[in-house]
Amino acid sequence: MKLIRRLSALALPLALSGCDLVVMSPSGDIAMQQRDLIIVSVVLMLLIIIPVICLTFYFAWHYRRSNINAKYDPEWHHSTRLEVVIWAAPLAIIIALGAVTWVSTHKLDPYRPLDRIDANRPVTPETKPITIEVVALDWKWLFLYPEQGIATVNEIAAPIDTPIEFKITGSTVMNSFYIPALAGQIYAMPGMQTKLHAVMNKEGVYEGFSANYSGDGFSGMRFKFHGMSNDNFGQWVARVKGQGSALNRDAYLKLERPSSRVPVTYFASVENGLYDAILNLCVKPGQMCANEMMHIDMMGGAGKDSHENRKRLEYDTRWAADAGPGATHPATGHGAKEPTQAGGVNAPAGATEGHEGHGAAPGQLNTNPKP
Amino acid sequence: MFTNTNLMEFIFGRLSWNSLAFTHDPIILATFVVVVLGGGAVVGAITYFRLWGYLWNEWFTSVDHKKIGIMYVILSLVMLMRGFADAVMMRAQQAIAFGENQGYLPPHHYDQIFTAHGVIMIFFFAMPLVTGIMNYVVPLQIGARDVSFPFLNNFSFWMTTAGAVIIMMSLFVGEFARTGWLAYPPLSGADYSPGVGVDYYIWGLQVAGVGTTLSGINLIATIVKMRAPGMTMMKMPIFTWTSLCTNVLIVASFPILTATLVLLTLDRYVGTNFFTNDLGGNPMMYVNLIWIWGHPEVYILILPAFGIFSEIVSTFSGKRLFGYASMVYATVVITILSYIVWLHHFFTMGSGASVNAFFGITTMIISIPTGAKIFNWLFTMYRGRIRYEVPMYWTIGFMVTFVIGGMTGVMLAIPPADFVLHNSLFLIAHFHNVIIGGVVFGLLAGINFWYPKAFGYRLDPFWGKMSFWFWLTGFYFAFMPLYVLGLMGVTRRVNHFEDSSLQIWFIIAAFGAFLIALGIASFVIQLVVSFFKREQLRDTTGDPWNGRTLEWSTSSPPPEYNFAFTPVVYDHDGWYDMKNSGYVRPLEGFKPIHMPKNTGTGVILSAFSVTLAFGLIWYMWWLAALSFLAILVVSIAHTFNYKRDYYIQAETVIATENARTKQLAEQA
Amino acid sequence: MSNTQAATSEKPVFYLTEEHHPENSTNLGFWIYLMSDCLMFAVLFATYAVLGRSYAAGPSPADLFDLKLVAINTAMLLFSSITYGFAMLRMEKGDKSGTLMWLGITGLFGLAFLGIELYEFYHLIHEGATPQRSAFLSAFFTLVGTHGLHVTFGCIWLVTLMVQVAKFGLIEENRRRLMCLSMFWHFLDVIWIGVFSLVYLVGVLG
Repeated sequence: MKLIRRLSALALPLALSGCDLVVMSPSGDIAMQQRDLIIVSVVLMLLIIIPVICLTFYFAWHYRRSNINAKYDPEWHHSTRLEVVIWAAPLAIIIALGAVTWVSTHKLDPYRPLDRIDANRPVTPETKPITIEVVALDWKWLFLYPEQGIATVNEIAAPIDTPIEFKITGSTVMNSFYIPALAGQIYAMPGMQTKLHAVMNKEGVYEGFSANYSGDGFSGMRFKFHGMSNDNFGQWVARVKGQGSALNRDAYLKLERPSSRVPVTYFASVENGLYDAILNLCVKPGQMCANEMMHIDMMGGAGKDSHENRKRLEYDTRWAADAGPGATHPATGHGAKEPTQAGGVNAPAGATEGHEGHGAAPGQLNTNPKP
Repeated sequence: MFTNTNLMEFIFGRLSWNSLAFTHDPIILATFVVVVLGGGAVVGAITYFRLWGYLWNEWFTSVDHKKIGIMYVILSLVMLMRGFADAVMMRAQQAIAFGENQGYLPPHHYDQIFTAHGVIMIFFFAMPLVTGIMNYVVPLQIGARDVSFPFLNNFSFWMTTAGAVIIMMSLFVGEFARTGWLAYPPLSGADYSPGVGVDYYIWGLQVAGVGTTLSGINLIATIVKMRAPGMTMMKMPIFTWTSLCTNVLIVASFPILTATLVLLTLDRYVGTNFFTNDLGGNPMMYVNLIWIWGHPEVYILILPAFGIFSEIVSTFSGKRLFGYASMVYATVVITILSYIVWLHHFFTMGSGASVNAFFGITTMIISIPTGAKIFNWLFTMYRGRIRYEVPMYWTIGFMVTFVIGGMTGVMLAIPPADFVLHNSLFLIAHFHNVIIGGVVFGLLAGINFWYPKAFGYRLDPFWGKMSFWFWLTGFYFAFMPLYVLGLMGVTRRVNHFEDSSLQIWFIIAAFGAFLIALGIASFVIQLVVSFFKREQLRDTTGDPWNGRTLEWSTSSPPPEYNFAFTPVVYDHDGWYDMKNSGYVRPLEGFKPIHMPKNTGTGVILSAFSVTLAFGLIWYMWWLAALSFLAILVVSIAHTFNYKRDYYIQAETVIATENARTKQLAEQA
Repeated sequence: MSNTQAATSEKPVFYLTEEHHPENSTNLGFWIYLMSDCLMFAVLFATYAVLGRSYAAGPSPADLFDLKLVAINTAMLLFSSITYGFAMLRMEKGDKSGTLMWLGITGLFGLAFLGIELYEFYHLIHEGATPQRSAFLSAFFTLVGTHGLHVTFGCIWLVTLMVQVAKFGLIEENRRRLMCLSMFWHFLDVIWIGVFSLVYLVGVLG
């Protein structure tokens, strides 16, 4: 490890020392191992890259036409020995890198529970992990704490040196949940759950954001991750409980409406089973949950007389009813669903509702039929 | 009975005055004015000089692979201007949009710009340029008089152009997609992108895709069937080899894109559930399918560039290419491997560790043949006599730049490292590093290399070197900061930042874009200056660089029939071998030459394809139906034309060849 | 280089003095086209394989497909391939009217196939099993419909070729075109075998 640290000091040019290369100096153990992997791979590859670049310059200079002293052999085009070397050298590097890749990919698999807090401390049976459920909404993040019974928007906190299990899903389109200082990213997709295991080792406030473009409000889809001591975390939970309102299904349905740059919001309590309902696309009353659908499908479907199931499963079109009478596309018979205004987000005043741009460009009106 | 609104809706579909984007956006209005004035000037000039007939007869309807190749290159350079303008706008926005300053591009505009930039640069700059150069060079390199299917070639070009026209229309009429260049659903689905933007994207790509696929089929058939006698597979010039592999990739990957976009189209137009969240749809299926096309696409672009560099290194080192056979094997291996790496574009979607590791390792394996290629070029220079003409500058610049891009590429291939680098500006820097440092450098080298063959005079070396140095330094200024920003955890496609400590890097990057702009300007100046200095730069020999392959054995520019007599080949450096073995140019015995006739069908079909797409995009169903019917009728009518060829009279051939004999004698 | 040395003793021939006629590329080109088309079907098959069991709590293949009808339909297409083969045999013999007759019969079988398929689609949609109902039905209609569209274009092409053969006779160009359509027609047969086995048989019996 020490060697790697030293190499990292070499690998980073001095010029960069002034800026915050969070990926190269993270604060969580997983991100730290990922950083080490970057350094190892760069060093391995430089073994071949540097000679190639040097040789390119040397040959280009030495064999220039004006240098008549250089040997000229226009027919020389084959050397078995050299051919073996030029195939074997990259091969050797790739074998080494391939081994590193296989091992590290399994070790750093985001689905795999942690076995260490950091380089020196293993996870013991006494270590109590914390679970956080993450929902990517248009265009903000909802975090649910099942163990604490609270929820937050655009702010997340966790005790340091405690393994965190993230369960991640989304409500509309693909996003990517990424806190560079903590661990690598993973996609947040509606109707599906991805997982990430990570641990934060240093107290502090870190940047988090969506790393996968998701539409108009994407740039503002940021949040802060607070790494805290256990005590501070307890106080933070108490503060959330003290300040927040309740997050029930109705509140969620309002919250999930598109809005951007939503300020931090706290929820003191969370309705039972809300996360599962979000994951299974059935928060709205009367919806059939995706897991129920999958169960029916596994049993061979629901037969021909199952028309009512279709209505109960329609999800993407859930905002279509909001669209005005002219919104129906002539071709498809179903409406346009992208709302141009955020519909009553249950967030404190000051939240920028709707996304900029539509107002500025009436030309979009006819393509976004909702006025 | 129709009410008035119903009638309007029937005729115009979704189209209305408000759809004309320039009526409310000053940036687009300014662009519109420039385009109208510029376009008007061009049209006016053509009319004034009575060039329409000439253009139609000699160019638009031409089935000559050389003219079609040149038209492809012109199309790509025009589209480069558009794509680069988008790049400059993004760089400017990111350089200023910090804190209070929101910049000058609201998200709905910025999002269209980065989507358009990606789509245009890949589909309408790089692809037509690659296809154009292959079209021009391959038949000459294999000693053929044209491609296998000359009409299809013309049709392919016009379909590509039609795709470009459709994309360009979106600038002024309606909007373009706001989804990113691969239009991942559900975002690109009807529910989250209800406007015409994604429809423009789909139909532009589908129409151009027809052209690309057909031209791929055409060039494969040409290379397999039309080679000169004696040119066995292992005696094909290396550029022809890379072209063959590229076209195999095109034919084996573009249908996948077509089918995938058809499914997305059905989701949007019919309401099917392939990629929706609900009713059993699976958006991840789209991501897989699009990258099964998308990864080979990367190699479609880079392989011809590798071929160009091989030709250039060998020519300007005055030496046989080192390791021809291993070069061929490397190319073939890359072709095959490019199909089993697609998942590395989404390690972060949550596949299991073994799946991720498998695709990571297959990706790394590609770097072995690629590395071997670099070494082969290196040892071609070894013991050479390197002449520093402009194409050689590009080649050296490429070799140094490309290995850096290759290194960052392998870093991204390690799944856990990819988790922290994916979608970041590090990724952006990586693929611009290989696409600019590899593909663009290669294509610009190729243009400098083959320009004298196509036009009979060399390009001005001073402005060529200016262009090279601006491009090279501009590239490093524009993209090295992005590597740094990626390591600072900055992600792509963001149009506004809070952290002002990032700004300096974006300003450096914007300065890099400015240098690249100077590089492009120098290139344009190079074309203009060379045109005016063409008498000084004239190539009378047909072989300005002491070339090695067959295209240099004929005159510059080559006669319509390329070769008066079909050459016979004994070596992969066919022309070099001929020069060394006492080849004497034949002076008599010319015969009439059988050639394909020009036809306007391609232009007509492509025009109807544009109206078909327009009708579909704006839901003007009558227009779409009529256009489709027209396409069908024109196609069938075309098959009733059985007289598609003619003979160039022997006298014409004799006159052309005598003129060349005289020219060569004057030279001597 | 051997030929360089050879040149000193005996100059090699570096060009053909006679017109060079490269082999016609049409068959190869058309074959490559078919392979590219095959890839499109591969995508549709793959999509069906992935989504084919996502019934969205709706009907499954066992609920919907009528194997007898599909068997008749399959027979139509197989017969049309056989009759096309007869047409090609007549063409080899240079028998213009025989060729035309068998082509006509092929076309009728093709139309019968399309008619039955349309009836099947109509029936399904009537039952509420529309392409919008579930991912399975989306994939089903698209796969089978794309094949049907190919057959439709095959029929249009067939009629065009019949007119051309009638008008210009069995000239070389027309023979080549008949050959291409023959490959196309048999190709659609092969695809249909795939559809029949993977969609209908596996769906109902599997």
